[in-house]
Amino acid sequence: MAEERRPKQCTVVLPTESMKAMAESIGVGQLQEESCVALSEEVSYRIKEIAQDALKFMHHGKRRKLTTNDIDNALKLKNVEPLYGFQSQEFIPFRFASGGGRELHFYEEKEVDLSDIINTPLPRVPLDVSLKAPKEQQKVESTEPLKVVKPGQEEDGTVQGKGQGATAADGKGKEKGLIRLKPRSTHELSVEQQLYYKEITEACVGSCEAKRAEALQSIATDPGLYQMLPRFSTFISEGVRVNVVQNNLALLIYLMRMVKALMDNPTLYLEKYLHELIPAVVTCIVSKQLCLRPDVDNHWALRDFAARLMAQSCKTFSTTTNNIQSRITKTFTKSWLDEKTQWTTRYGCIAGLAELGADVIKTLILPRLTVEGARIKAVMEGPVVSNIDKIGADHVQSLLLKHCASVIAKIRPQPDNVEQYRIDYGYLGPMLCSHVMKARTQAALQAQQVNRTTLTITQPRPTLTVSQSGLSGSAGPRTPSIIKVPSSLTLMSPRPGTPSQPSPPATKYIVMATSAGPASTQQVITLSSSQSASPVTSTVPSATSTLQPLVKLESGSGPGLTGSRPMQKYIVVSLPSSASSSLENKSSVLPTSISSTPIEAGMKLDRSESPGASTQSPH
Amino acid sequence: MAAVQGGLVDAVEKKDIKTEPSEDSGGNNNANDGRLLSPPPGSSASAPGGNKPPAGAPEDQQTLLAVLQFLRKNNLAESVEILRREAGLPEDALDLKAGDSAGAEDASSLLSRVTVSSSAAAQAPTKAVEDQPDVNVVLSAYSQQGDPALYGVYYSGLKRFIESVLDCHRAELSQVFYPLFVHMYLELVYNNHENEAKVFFEKFSGDQECYYEDDLRVLSSLTKKEHMRGNETLLDFRTSKFVLRISRDSYQLLKRHLQERQNNQIWNIIQEHLYIDIFDGMPRSKSQIDAMSGSLAGEAKREANKAKVYYGLLKEPEIELPLDDEDEEAENEEGKPKKKKPKKDSMGSKSKKQDPNAPSQTRIPLPELKDSDKLDKIMYMKEATKRIRLGPDNLPSICFYSFLNAYQGLTAVDFTDDSSLIAGGFADSTVRVWSVTPKKLRKVKSAADLNLIDKESDDVLERIMDEKTASESKILYGHSGPVYGISFSPDRNYLLTCSEDGTIRLWSLQTFTCLVGYKGHNYPVWDTQFSPHGYYFISGGHDRVARLWATDHYQPLRMFSGHLADITSTRFHPNSNYVVTGSSDRTIRLWDVLTGNCVRIFTGHKGPIHALAFSPNGKFLASGATDGRVLLWDIGHGLMIGELKGHTDTIYSLKFSRDGEILASGSMDNTVRLWDATKAFDDLETDDFTAATGHIHLQDNSQELLLGTYMSKSTPVIHLHFTRRNLLLAAGAYNP
Repeated sequence: MAEERRPKQCTVVLPTESMKAMAESIGVGQLQEESCVALSEEVSYRIKEIAQDALKFMHHGKRRKLTTNDIDNALKLKNVEPLYGFQSQEFIPFRFASGGGRELHFYEEKEVDLSDIINTPLPRVPLDVSLKAPKEQQKVESTEPLKVVKPGQEEDGTVQGKGQGATAADGKGKEKGLIRLKPRSTHELSVEQQLYYKEITEACVGSCEAKRAEALQSIATDPGLYQMLPRFSTFISEGVRVNVVQNNLALLIYLMRMVKALMDNPTLYLEKYLHELIPAVVTCIVSKQLCLRPDVDNHWALRDFAARLMAQSCKTFSTTTNNIQSRITKTFTKSWLDEKTQWTTRYGCIAGLAELGADVIKTLILPRLTVEGARIKAVMEGPVVSNIDKIGADHVQSLLLKHCASVIAKIRPQPDNVEQYRIDYGYLGPMLCSHVMKARTQAALQAQQVNRTTLTITQPRPTLTVSQSGLSGSAGPRTPSIIKVPSSLTLMSPRPGTPSQPSPPATKYIVMATSAGPASTQQVITLSSSQSASPVTSTVPSATSTLQPLVKLESGSGPGLTGSRPMQKYIVVSLPSSASSSLENKSSVLPTSISSTPIEAGMKLDRSESPGASTQSPH
Repeated sequence: MAAVQGGLVDAVEKKDIKTEPSEDSGGNNNANDGRLLSPPPGSSASAPGGNKPPAGAPEDQQTLLAVLQFLRKNNLAESVEILRREAGLPEDALDLKAGDSAGAEDASSLLSRVTVSSSAAAQAPTKAVEDQPDVNVVLSAYSQQGDPALYGVYYSGLKRFIESVLDCHRAELSQVFYPLFVHMYLELVYNNHENEAKVFFEKFSGDQECYYEDDLRVLSSLTKKEHMRGNETLLDFRTSKFVLRISRDSYQLLKRHLQERQNNQIWNIIQEHLYIDIFDGMPRSKSQIDAMSGSLAGEAKREANKAKVYYGLLKEPEIELPLDDEDEEAENEEGKPKKKKPKKDSMGSKSKKQDPNAPSQTRIPLPELKDSDKLDKIMYMKEATKRIRLGPDNLPSICFYSFLNAYQGLTAVDFTDDSSLIAGGFADSTVRVWSVTPKKLRKVKSAADLNLIDKESDDVLERIMDEKTASESKILYGHSGPVYGISFSPDRNYLLTCSEDGTIRLWSLQTFTCLVGYKGHNYPVWDTQFSPHGYYFISGGHDRVARLWATDHYQPLRMFSGHLADITSTRFHPNSNYVVTGSSDRTIRLWDVLTGNCVRIFTGHKGPIHALAFSPNGKFLASGATDGRVLLWDIGHGLMIGELKGHTDTIYSLKFSRDGEILASGSMDNTVRLWDATKAFDDLETDDFTAATGHIHLQDNSQELLLGTYMSKSTPVIHLHFTRRNLLLAAGAYNP
């Protein structure tokens, strides 16, 4: 490599034209060719020499970049008069000119009036050098993922987390300077966006339920909300902050529904705003008091709903770097374990943990059942303390029973002995036992149902499995069940006005059609919410004419056409949320759109390549 | 055309000023190395070759020619005749020579200088007067005859020969290539064979070892005789003989070959410009040679490293350690430096007997310990008891101090020994001092206010401080160029900085003002450091001279000259009796403070040396250079004992842990690396190294010695410091 470079170094010499041009610029015309050659060689040599000296200054300046100052210093070293003049801020490109058979590159240097320069306002003073203490550094780095602040939303006290940037300064005075000086890109909203934002937020927290549904729908589906995301996020977090203090349950519920809608929107990337959203959600889960009349109002539902939101965001956003899930789990566990925690908070913690899945229940909740049972017993059977405590204990009890029963049913071998349960789980034992038994029978029933008919709904994981099994002979009459699917899905659609279960984050429906003929194919139907009904793309190359009706299915004549092909069977299998975020949106709107107009839902047909789907194939 | 001439004259004048220090260094060179470059004044008519032992015929001939010329100039026709007849020179020898006008003129200019005759000077051609005499002396040696076209043939002939010799000799003889190549090229250039030179360069520059690339780059830009004047690299080549170490067998082989072939051209160069250090024994292997070569002037001569070096540590002064409860003491110290009455409990165990390798306590006068110094020593000992013992299994924690918003301007950093203060030098000429403890920096009150203070009070030291000036950092203004070196005095009262403006400044950390500006260096000062005992400090810079100063003298006490290029880093030996300097000529020199002699020359680096560190026991030296390698040296034996490869960019900082088990290196590649120093030194001591010949065989065990690599995000590491408890502090400026 060095060998290749050296000969080049040897030969690089400034062109004689440059010499001529420079001579002309100082008034020496008609420079002879030999003089030019001699000059250019000399000049090239000197330039190289100066560059080599300048390198020394660069090395001692502990830099990798050669600066003009290095050149100045090198000139000084050689006792050459330094270059005078102002440095231009902006890049001055070489201009090119040709004429008279000569080509010339030159700087366009304008003469500047000195008074102009003197009269220009001084530029801002750059930030002062500061020493970053290592403690601060560690702190910043450890909390980095959750503390990142977007420019444009750091209003007053939110600068603390931006230490990872170069401009972070220590000391409050400097921070102020920082805000003033940092060239922030202001995310101005257009007038339309401002109007939209106003309308949406008003509708979301307003009194009209229909409007709210529409607004939430818009938040959950609109692709262009990214600009407004910081505002929404601040709106929610501030809203929660204020309304928790005022115990305004209804508003808190509305805000949580907004969070849900934001999460459902596949075009939004909430990672950067989790630092605002998660505290708000957690507040709604564990706050001591969420409503004015804790004995009457159903704040438990809000806690449940928020807990589900939390679980969903854990699932979606938890990574190995931010560790959201483990940090949230820790938070819940800590306050749950605290003796003095109130029943309301206790309920929230347990709900939050329980929603995180069976594993969490198994490892964190089950071992504490005995302790918790004793606590409940103390309230229920002990001297009457207060009605509120009693209600709280009651709710905690039913919550524990609800979540634990299904898990215990899975991990505990039969038979269910009441005494054994009492030994294992204390006060809650007998009740658990009955719940477990109920769960088992239900499971058995469901299993049967799966065998015979088509529907399994597993809770709490919001995946929906609608499958039609089996034997090709019996498939015919059941084909219309596809159209029945929506009705079963409405089970999970949010009921207006009340917090509801989260809808499945991403559900992919795979329709496998098997005709009596040799052609069999699988298709994935993703349900798209867009009212424009995106054109159906049937990408089944091997599709025979028997499959054509499927296309018509989407056009509205579903039942009729499937009936016309009695030998076809459709298996609708749902896949758990996949990486594809575009599905998330569609599935989330699925309930409403389908329940109202099941047939209008645009169906997109894709060939399924998912191995998960193919294993469910009847073949 | 006029402008052109003016420019040239200008250039020459400037060069005159410029080369002054090189001359200076050259002179010192002579004194130190006993090499005589220019003939002593008075010895008339002796050309450069005259002093040298009888060499090949051409050299004599050249001398004769010079004499002839001189005689002719002075119209001593008869003498000319006689001399010519005696020497058997052909009639036209002189004319031929004269045809080669440059050489003749230079010779005459030399003579005119030597004879100190004003008339001769007047007679000398004007051009010679313009020229710089010293440079010409140096250059005239190149004014040799020879067919320029044959240079390539000679060189490739030698190349063929060396490639055909036995393997064991080939590596050794290959060393000849580079100096030969350089000198032949310079000869061609000097004699105005520009095209031939270019062809020669292109043909053979690719053969040279890759670590000479930088020099070759300089060389490649040298294409005209005019360029040679004032070019420092060139002067270095000429003023110092390139030292090669070759075994006797290999040397004989070479000699025989050259004599057989009558290859006088090459033989001359070898005789004149190279110093061949012949040793008896096995020829060295390629790796052995590569480890030691790379310097601007070849390897160190063996004699250069023979002097005895007292590398042992000075005996610690007896300090009475107070018997009190340590914690209470510490509290007192933190709050206010209340003077403690030392109890009679001397550190008896500490006073070991004198190390045979240590210099005597009074070899150089050291400052008396003040009370505050004693207090500090006590603190040090206390901290030392809490020190963490480091080792491969117990690596230090590293704490990084990042300079933000430095805009690429941070050029130097230093920590105080007790890690309480950080000072940074910046490219914008400022020096900033930060306190990293809660204790803020305060100035002493003004003189008027000081008068009001009760001098008898217990806390007088506290009272003199002006509370209003308390701040976390202070800025010191005074330099007029980038600050390249910075060093705290051991007692934390002073700060020393050196700058591009050629001055070294001493700042008071009591008043935060400049006390002294030491002027002596004419050119940028690259590095400076306080002696571990205070009072003395060392500085080195672009003028190639390292200077030893005492804070109360405005002129240097010692000047250490001998380096062939900029001195890039300077360090004091822990016993203050020696200083070490690293240079752009890729050598490290150890100097005796007492005598001013160079006692060690270490070669082996392939780039300018930017970092040096002594091991705490004073036995070893670590050095880091732009080539990204750390080399370890045994000072006593004068040997390279280790090579640590891993960094990918310039190493700017090296530090041994307090007990010397770990070596930390910080580099431009944004990493801190930790090396197992104990192992590196132990492995060696079990090794039977041939101290006599100085041939080392390094095993490539960098990977085993590397204990850890720690990346910063985008912050080059420019300083490292072990606290007294062995926490590693690193500093650098964040480069977004």
